[in-house]
Amino acid sequence: MRGEMLSMTGKRALLTGSHFMNGDVACAEGAIAAGCRFFAGYPITPATEIAEHLSQRMPEIGGIYIQMEDEIASMAAVIGASYTGLKAMTATSGPGFSLMQENIGLAVMTETPCVVVDIMRGGPSTGQPTLPGQQDVMQAKWGSHGDYGIIAMSPSSVQEMFDLTVEAFNLSETYRVPTLLMGDEIVGHMWEKVVIPSAERIRTVNRKKPNVQREEYAPFMPDDDLVPPMACFGEGYRFHATGLTHDEHGYPKTSNSEVQTRLVRRLCEKISKNADKIIKVEEVMLDDADVVVVAYGIVARAALSAVRKARSVGLKAGLLRLITLWPFPEEQVARVAKSAKMIVMPEMNCGQLVREVERVAKCTPVSFLSKLGEDPHTPMEIFEAMRRSC
Amino acid sequence: MVEQVLEHPFLKYLRSAMIPHIWCPGCGNGIVLNCFVHALDELQTDLDKLVVVSGIGCIGRTAGYTNTDSFHTTHGRALAFASGVKLANPELEVVVVSGDGDLFAIGGNHFIHAARRNMGIKVICANNFNYGMTGGQQGPTTPLEAFTATSPYGNIEHPFNLVHLAAASGAVYVARWTTLHVRRLTQSIKKALQKEGFCFIEVISPCPEIFGRHNKMRSGLEMMEWFKKASEVDSFSDPAKAEITPDRIVVGEFIDVEKLSYEKLLHEKISKINERAMEQVG
Repeated sequence: MRGEMLSMTGKRALLTGSHFMNGDVACAEGAIAAGCRFFAGYPITPATEIAEHLSQRMPEIGGIYIQMEDEIASMAAVIGASYTGLKAMTATSGPGFSLMQENIGLAVMTETPCVVVDIMRGGPSTGQPTLPGQQDVMQAKWGSHGDYGIIAMSPSSVQEMFDLTVEAFNLSETYRVPTLLMGDEIVGHMWEKVVIPSAERIRTVNRKKPNVQREEYAPFMPDDDLVPPMACFGEGYRFHATGLTHDEHGYPKTSNSEVQTRLVRRLCEKISKNADKIIKVEEVMLDDADVVVVAYGIVARAALSAVRKARSVGLKAGLLRLITLWPFPEEQVARVAKSAKMIVMPEMNCGQLVREVERVAKCTPVSFLSKLGEDPHTPMEIFEAMRRSC
Repeated sequence: MVEQVLEHPFLKYLRSAMIPHIWCPGCGNGIVLNCFVHALDELQTDLDKLVVVSGIGCIGRTAGYTNTDSFHTTHGRALAFASGVKLANPELEVVVVSGDGDLFAIGGNHFIHAARRNMGIKVICANNFNYGMTGGQQGPTTPLEAFTATSPYGNIEHPFNLVHLAAASGAVYVARWTTLHVRRLTQSIKKALQKEGFCFIEVISPCPEIFGRHNKMRSGLEMMEWFKKASEVDSFSDPAKAEITPDRIVVGEFIDVEKLSYEKLLHEKISKINERAMEQVG
């Protein structure tokens, strides 16, 4: 049954061409383009359109769509599907993201490639379901208990909802880590032009497989890149995975501090030591900039307008747009802090990622612009903040 | 002279590197595992196509002890994880072996929905009336008035009747045995493994070290004597009337019906939709 299913990818799997669509749909199509064939989710504004679209699209291309009983179950089902070898995803917003944290931790511990999309809305709690926010970005890094490395990215446009979803799958498959796409209500619901390239122009990555016999396979024995090759259930490797601290064979070692140290450090370092390969930023007019806006997501678009406006009145302004939020782009921010006199950071929260910027910027002053509720910062608000700071 | 060491015939079903197990003397979990392994052996189940999933708790270590693909999930989430496995690869036989607290307190929601969907998962639940691993706290199956670490004045919560819950939720096969009924339990597991859809087997299991000591049954033998005295085989009786009391443990098969499984319905639908989509493409 499964062999048939996977061969039924058909011509409709990839909608190559130009489209007018919203960010949630672009994300769903990005998942399909990346090879995702399993989606489990639970309805939640403003991410529901991802589930709705995939409930229609997945059966067309031989993939699985299931609506689970809650977000805890959705995340668990995604891990189960990934362990059989399918690329798997879920999508949610703040309240669901909170529920998923438990099994995001399990995915981290069992090194499960998977993608979690969080279309951020206003929080805390039920908050403002139909309005945007950037209030989950620290939760993305620290939401599940314990220490671990994770990858999170922030799209600024509908095209990026497509592109970065593909990239999220590639990174999750490369590093065997849950990869988070931190959108917001605006990029989720906004309609824009999206260009879906042809198959040969879309780079997709599949997890590395073991090339040893069952007897020699140790499911959590890393290669030099700190990532272990991954077998699938049903391939005859008969391996064990657990949320408990485990050795390279996957066997629990609950009272051995050496194994705990080795495992947890590797879970952190497989991300931190590969950070230069993971991190993406966009640098605009930074070479001579005295004042630099550091921004991400939808806010970065207003920031770009503000920087152009500032340049037009003679201010030496630049933009550092963080596409990757985690691992935090320390080097890129540190470079800016060294060359610029002032950093302006707008965020749609009460001050989250700015803490990282301040930590890295050291002596360079950082002016934080907080905004909550309906609208992101206007270009004028950011422009005024830049002008005040000079 | 070469010494010949005889290998236990069931060793191939177990991960010897994980043995000895963690279970206390008198615990029933070993009997549950033994019956499961017997069922696998009698059916000559392909171990390469079997996935054993457990949640957290004493019996939750079963996944690690069986020599198959196996996964030890977060507390309560075994069925949600197993649903992902079964849907993504319906060719795999997926068995969840877990405890009453894991499946019916923290995991209760996943249980009723997996049963409602008739997901093709076989569930073996060791019911020991309490949370053994954490030191014997009261749980969703603790009998009224029983003493536990967190019901020191006697339990005032009404326990779940698990077979009634499973039947009402839509399971196609429901049975209850105690660890005394090893042959019938093995037969039930075999039956479940050969059936399509969501199957549930409750095994009343002794926990003398933790539960028994608070309730005047300090040894495994005393607990088994209780099972022997109280259990009453009544096959296909009304599961609603099968509440467990100190005097009566109704055992037997309760439900055995045919119903299309979720994964079958889903994959049939996918085939149809895919065919249509391919026609449109031409």
